[in-house]
Amino acid sequence: MSSKRERREVIVETRNLSMHFGGVRAVDQVDFNLYDKELRCLIGPNGAGKSTFFKCLTGQLTPSAGDVVIRGQDTTGAEPHEVAGLGVGIKTQVPNVFDGLSVDENIWLSARRWHGAKRARALTGETIERLKLGDIRRELVGRLAHGQRQWVELGMVVSAEPWLILLDEPAAGMTHEETARTADLIKEINTDAALIVVEHDMQFIRMISQQVTLFHEGRILMEDTMEAISSDKRAREVYLGHRA
Amino acid sequence: MDLVVAVLFQLVYGIANLALISLGLAIIFGMMRVINLAHGEFLMLGGYTVVVATNAGVNIWFAMLILAPLVVGIIGVIVERLLIRWLYGRMIDTLLATWGLSLLLIGLVTSIFGASTATTISPPLGIIRIGDYTASGYEMFLIGVTVALFIAVFATLKLTKLGLVARGTMQNPEMASALGVSTTRVYMVTFGLGAAVTGLAGGLLAPVTGVLPTIGATYIAKAFITVISGGASILAGTVSGSVLLGGINGIFAFLTGPTIGEVALLVAAILLLRLMPRGITGRFFRKSL
Amino acid sequence: MNGGDTLRRMRPVFVFALIGLIFMFAAPYVLQLFTIINLTTAIALAVLALSLALVWGFGGILCFGQVAFFGLGAYAYTIAAINFDGSTWAILVAIITASGFAALLGYFVFFGRVSDVYLGVITLTVTLIFFSLIRRTSGPEYKIGDALLGGFNGVTSPPLNLPWDTGSFLFPEQVFYVAMAALILCYVFCGWLVTTHFGRVCVCIRENELRAELLGYDSRLYKLGIFTISAGIAAIGGALFCNGVGRITPDVFNLYNAALTIIWVIVGGRGTLIGPIAATFGLFYLTSALGGQSVFNNNLVLGIILIFFVLLVPKGVAPTLTDWFTRRRKPRRATRRHRSGRRTEVTKA
Repeated sequence: MSSKRERREVIVETRNLSMHFGGVRAVDQVDFNLYDKELRCLIGPNGAGKSTFFKCLTGQLTPSAGDVVIRGQDTTGAEPHEVAGLGVGIKTQVPNVFDGLSVDENIWLSARRWHGAKRARALTGETIERLKLGDIRRELVGRLAHGQRQWVELGMVVSAEPWLILLDEPAAGMTHEETARTADLIKEINTDAALIVVEHDMQFIRMISQQVTLFHEGRILMEDTMEAISSDKRAREVYLGHRA
Repeated sequence: MDLVVAVLFQLVYGIANLALISLGLAIIFGMMRVINLAHGEFLMLGGYTVVVATNAGVNIWFAMLILAPLVVGIIGVIVERLLIRWLYGRMIDTLLATWGLSLLLIGLVTSIFGASTATTISPPLGIIRIGDYTASGYEMFLIGVTVALFIAVFATLKLTKLGLVARGTMQNPEMASALGVSTTRVYMVTFGLGAAVTGLAGGLLAPVTGVLPTIGATYIAKAFITVISGGASILAGTVSGSVLLGGINGIFAFLTGPTIGEVALLVAAILLLRLMPRGITGRFFRKSL
Repeated sequence: MNGGDTLRRMRPVFVFALIGLIFMFAAPYVLQLFTIINLTTAIALAVLALSLALVWGFGGILCFGQVAFFGLGAYAYTIAAINFDGSTWAILVAIITASGFAALLGYFVFFGRVSDVYLGVITLTVTLIFFSLIRRTSGPEYKIGDALLGGFNGVTSPPLNLPWDTGSFLFPEQVFYVAMAALILCYVFCGWLVTTHFGRVCVCIRENELRAELLGYDSRLYKLGIFTISAGIAAIGGALFCNGVGRITPDVFNLYNAALTIIWVIVGGRGTLIGPIAATFGLFYLTSALGGQSVFNNNLVLGIILIFFVLLVPKGVAPTLTDWFTRRRKPRRATRRHRSGRRTEVTKA
């Protein structure tokens, strides 16, 4: 199993990555690797540093120390549009979409960034089909329910045809059916792209996970399958806060 | 030597002047994140109060130190109740609404008093000599009053219950109201106090500049720019902003004349905002009052 | 978005442009010469309003000092026309000067990631700097080429002339035609610009800058672009203004005029192009009708209008009217009475 992984390309790497806010070490000397076409989940209790780590990858934060390398390119402290420009799709914790524009237009803007008008049109249509957003395609995104807005954002990410996708809490606030549907979608996306998914919802993680990285107090505590982590004593301590 | 003292005196006066006209705006901006573009008109109203009262026989010191802040403070409370309170959190809208208020006040005063100067009053306190040079005693008085005013505001905010409640509300309004503080009342009182301080400033400056309905315009730009450059901290921001911008203004004015001095102030502000987009106290002295 | 789509989206723009054209040709026959000359000034101001409507309404950039580009264009036109002995190149000089300055200022501000409010302050400061500086240029030593800057008295502007004959100046009616044509062209241009990919990206940056960046758009470049373009349009207004009024003074840069520009856009409707144009004409007429009387003077009325709109009609006239009309046009829901006496709604499939 491990030798198979070693033959695959490392597409995201962080070396000694740290992020300090005043005296708080939100991310503390993290070494992280992601392999091509991998689907990695980042989990950990509140304040563990997952979202901060995520923002260092997307360019929303400039790390206090260390490096971020995406497919051989040093993206430490790069602007978000530069990271996106490398072919990375990003979905943020709070849905960042264009509330005043329609679903169609939101997705079109993403596709149009990389393609001419005709191809963008076609891609938009395909994405709307794929995410089953056809019924609401002309609605203003600001008027949609939370789960639908998350899907619109997912659609925007997907229509740019990225090779790496970073998702921060894609299942947050969703019903059980919506969560299952999102899980299927993510597994389908994984056939073309690598994914890093930050999540809290354990059921959701179980539906999609391969390797899971557990964060705790700004560091990586464990990296293994979900089963292994669930039965690990240290991991249980971290989540339950007492000697298990 | 005398020249140095005289020039230094002018420099300090310039800085104090800037701080004096900006303090009221800083209080309102720092506490409530409201940019009151009618600030110049509050200064103007303070000035008119003093001139009208003095010409009606009221003692000038009473008019300047008691009457002006009182009148403008009350006007401030009325403005807050009728206009500002609908617009909290909407920074651009408050900006525009207070701009409208500014026009309205200018228009109102023009209608009532006419467009030209109400009879001016001369500055009291005569002249002091510095060797071969003279300086206005009144300017010395103004420097003193400005320092006293800042100390008074500092003391109020740091040492009184009102100050504590106000600071708490400023930092976390939801928490404050959960603790039983009436945030509406705090905002009302704060705006009124900010207006009162402004009225005081306007009244004190009336003998120096004379009063016209449009005199607010000469102040608002400088005060606005000083407060924004200073950043979110009320006192530290105003002081640092005034010292920096007033200092540059003074130095250039001395070297090249008042026009370039003014331009230098404006250019310095632009550069400052470019380097420190959150103002001076956004970067330095961050936790200060 | 294909070509047919664009034309369809631009239909309202074309309708208004047509109305403008009709007005342009009919007006000199119906209105007095004095009114035509006044209208030329109003048209110039409408072009200024259009430029702010573009950069603020669509770009989301609150430029408090839009008059700076207007005034800069006016002065550049005047000085160039005096020096080049004719107006033909002067208009181009005006546009280039204002756009160039905007590009520099914009680079400084957008690439420094200065936030909205502070950006507004900076642009306001810039216009005040111009006001301060140019007011004090009264002496004979202040001149550019042959043109004296004139301090607070300003400079008399050479009027527009036929491009091929610098000696023959245009008559007021002809200036009116040029002004209206310029307004209509700028309006159609802006209407087209907001349907292009560039325009749509500017709108989405206004909606959510972070998301635009996460899609790979460099928001700084787009903001710089729309800021520069709007400055160029404002400069055209400035050049027209010189022809309407006959001279340009530093008062163009003052606080009152900066406020007025914002008022036009708020009253007309931020997010539309025709709204602010209409508001400019409306308010121009209003302030002219009020004349010089001092009870209901300009400041008082404008102040009340601004407060009224910010509090009660925050969207402005055009969008509020549009909302009102679309609500009236929605199909009335018919009801059908069942045998049981219950009423149910019949909705269109």
